[in-house]
Amino acid sequence: MTVSDAEPLHLAAALEGAGWHPAAWREPGARPAELLTAGYWADMVAEAERGLLDFVTFSDALSLQSDSQHQPDARTDQVRGRLDAVLTAARIAPLTSHIGLIPAVTVTHTEPFHISKAIATLDWVSSGRAGVAVKVSARQDEFRHFGRRTLPAGPHAVSDLFAEAADYVEVVRRLWDSWEDDAEIRDAATGRFIDRGKLHYIDFAGRWFAVKGPSITPRPPQGQPVVSALGHGDIAYKFIAAGADIGFVTPHDAPSAAAIVAEVAARRDAAGLADQPVRLFADLLVFLDDSAAAATRRAARLDDQAGAPYRSDALVFAGTPAELADLIVAWQSAGLTGFRLRPAAIPHDLTHITRALVPELQRRGAFRQKYASSPQAPTLRARLGLTRPASRYAGLRS
Amino acid sequence: MKQVHLAAHFPGVNNTTVWSDPQAGSHIEFSSFAHFARAAERAKFDFLFLAEGLRLREQNGKIYDLDVVGRPDTFTILAALASVTDRLGLAGTINSTFNEPYEVARQFATLDHLSAGRAAWNVVTSWDAFTGENFRRGGYLPQEARYERARAFLATVLELLDAWHGDEIIADTGGGRFITRADAGKFAHTDSHFDITGQFDVPRSPQGHPVIFQAGDSDEGREFAAAAADAIFSRHSALEAGQAFYADVKGRLAKYGRSPGQLKILPAATFVLAPTDEQARELAHEVRLQQVSGATAIAFLEQLWNRDLSAYDPDGPLPEIDPEPGENTTARGRASVRMYRDPVATARGWRDRAQAGNLSIRELIIEVTGRQSFVGSPATVAASINDFVQADASDGFILVPHITPGGLDEFADTVVPLLQERGVYRTEYHGTTLRDHLGLEADT
Repeated sequence: MTVSDAEPLHLAAALEGAGWHPAAWREPGARPAELLTAGYWADMVAEAERGLLDFVTFSDALSLQSDSQHQPDARTDQVRGRLDAVLTAARIAPLTSHIGLIPAVTVTHTEPFHISKAIATLDWVSSGRAGVAVKVSARQDEFRHFGRRTLPAGPHAVSDLFAEAADYVEVVRRLWDSWEDDAEIRDAATGRFIDRGKLHYIDFAGRWFAVKGPSITPRPPQGQPVVSALGHGDIAYKFIAAGADIGFVTPHDAPSAAAIVAEVAARRDAAGLADQPVRLFADLLVFLDDSAAAATRRAARLDDQAGAPYRSDALVFAGTPAELADLIVAWQSAGLTGFRLRPAAIPHDLTHITRALVPELQRRGAFRQKYASSPQAPTLRARLGLTRPASRYAGLRS
Repeated sequence: MKQVHLAAHFPGVNNTTVWSDPQAGSHIEFSSFAHFARAAERAKFDFLFLAEGLRLREQNGKIYDLDVVGRPDTFTILAALASVTDRLGLAGTINSTFNEPYEVARQFATLDHLSAGRAAWNVVTSWDAFTGENFRRGGYLPQEARYERARAFLATVLELLDAWHGDEIIADTGGGRFITRADAGKFAHTDSHFDITGQFDVPRSPQGHPVIFQAGDSDEGREFAAAAADAIFSRHSALEAGQAFYADVKGRLAKYGRSPGQLKILPAATFVLAPTDEQARELAHEVRLQQVSGATAIAFLEQLWNRDLSAYDPDGPLPEIDPEPGENTTARGRASVRMYRDPVATARGWRDRAQAGNLSIRELIIEVTGRQSFVGSPATVAASINDFVQADASDGFILVPHITPGGLDEFADTVVPLLQERGVYRTEYHGTTLRDHLGLEADT
């Protein structure tokens, strides 16, 4: 099979502060004093859009950045402080017109009702380019920021947090469907603004919470904005297979990519969703330079500045854009939909993605030459080959 | 001469908003919000204001369908509006019952960063189990506890915002220090509602605190505002009631060590403009007919009577029966029904008024609900607004147009220049933050 017959390749960028490497903020070209300004994020997303990327993700958490996965640290030599990701995405939405916008949201401590309308509104303000990257919190410090309960302990603690997250996603999705698309009728003759038979109570009652509905926000342009999650193992794969449209996974070679693809597909089948395959994106952390030696040297220099080698859940790639293109094309055949690239340093590695990697892939016929735009810019779902589902309540008079 | 402050309320989900007019556009598409915000900024308004309700209203057990239904998420739409405006303040109504301080603090701090200092928070409370059914807390409060919870919630949010002082980030690339202190953002707060500890994760924003609004009219609400708010969104748009409210609330400030200028009083106001006063009066009557259809009149009556009155003819007389006493089970999710403290007496008053004036149900409801605050030619309206402010009945107004999204355009183009000619209204923004526009000191 030639490249052009394959499923189209999808590329995304994961935006995180000054880049994913903890010393990235000290690099030439970095804008560490501007990380809390709209202008910085607008420029980075505009760069990603110039590179024709499918979407960007915005990292977030309900705690300060830390070297520790479980508690704050005592470091003063790394970026600390951040902005809410949903609001950052919304701030950028009117300034862009094609690229998908996927903010991270921690579900463990937030309200599904609020998040459902927030992502629906992001979809309205972006004309159908919204998604959400669902995160589970298992940090004691985040539990203490809310003070409502303690981090569960015991053998089922993590699976319970994921089960709660699955309920949360179910509620968010039902709320998106709780208004049928044609519920607003503006019928002057009868004085009715809506046909209330097309608004639906979701009546969700689960182990952790109950939510009545309907949403206060009408059904968004995509119907169902794109739900995504990062996963590293069984529990997360099951969660992704049962409720997500996109999974971010971290294979370290093509065979492990194929294995993850098979495992998630099997779980998707088991969930009865085989006809709607999950789009799996491999996460790669990238250092890109004109020579492999330069990329390796830069990675080493950043590690020196940070005081320790950078460790990542994702494969750390240091090399040329052409070498990365080789890897991408090779791994894609393992059944991946695409790749989410985590730039080690921003803007350096982001601009090497958009201005070197993308042209390289285009020369090989492996990536789009422009965004589709007729008759109008497609939604994020459409770009990813996901259909626009009818509301699950359509036709049920309430 | 006092300077007039003006702000704009995006048309709400109530019968003030006329959706049946041919000029009425979408209440949910971003283009409507952008149009409205740009008009407000063109008119050099202080801010745009969004209301909120967290459960769709119901009447007689069904979702209320006669008014505009549905709105966007407040924080999200305000963040998006920050990208199509430069100076306009962005004020959101956010509930202190169905949220947690850590999350609300990071949302307001973020909005203030992303708008370069234009965020404002209208702190509201609710306690009803009806709204609580949409939330995992499911919780609701005894009515008497709601202000206590609101005060605790606001104090906690401000404490989180103050956990960063504003001088921590140095981003010294050469020396390798990003922040001066590893414990930046550290907090510990315990009261009877919240017991939280840790490190807040959004560094200090341009305004420090969002501008704080309060909308309640009760004695407790006024006291809450005097203690903690920068502006009050009041209901008193009649001169004498406005002056009484103004004197009362400003008089409460001294005991909190605050001066009268530190709390702006901004009543909601509706308006109808036409080239002449006579034409405006005619138009105002037409708008009232649009706002109060026969079905809407019956619905209003049911909200007071607390009964199903669908069998009554809106063009006929008022019911002879009295309102159903006790908890209002007819209308749910509607704050206005609580204003009827003695429904039987109010109903008698309405009946007497209808008999005296030979009014039908619809005509009576048009009389007793929401007559426009300002009706006239641009010159008349500009003069009335200025008189009101100079007479210390308010510091300005939050204007509530009845058409989305263009309902502000005519006001911006005709009334604002007249206020500017009088020298009582800015011709350019002088500062960049909402605190600057309102003449409030930075909250340091």
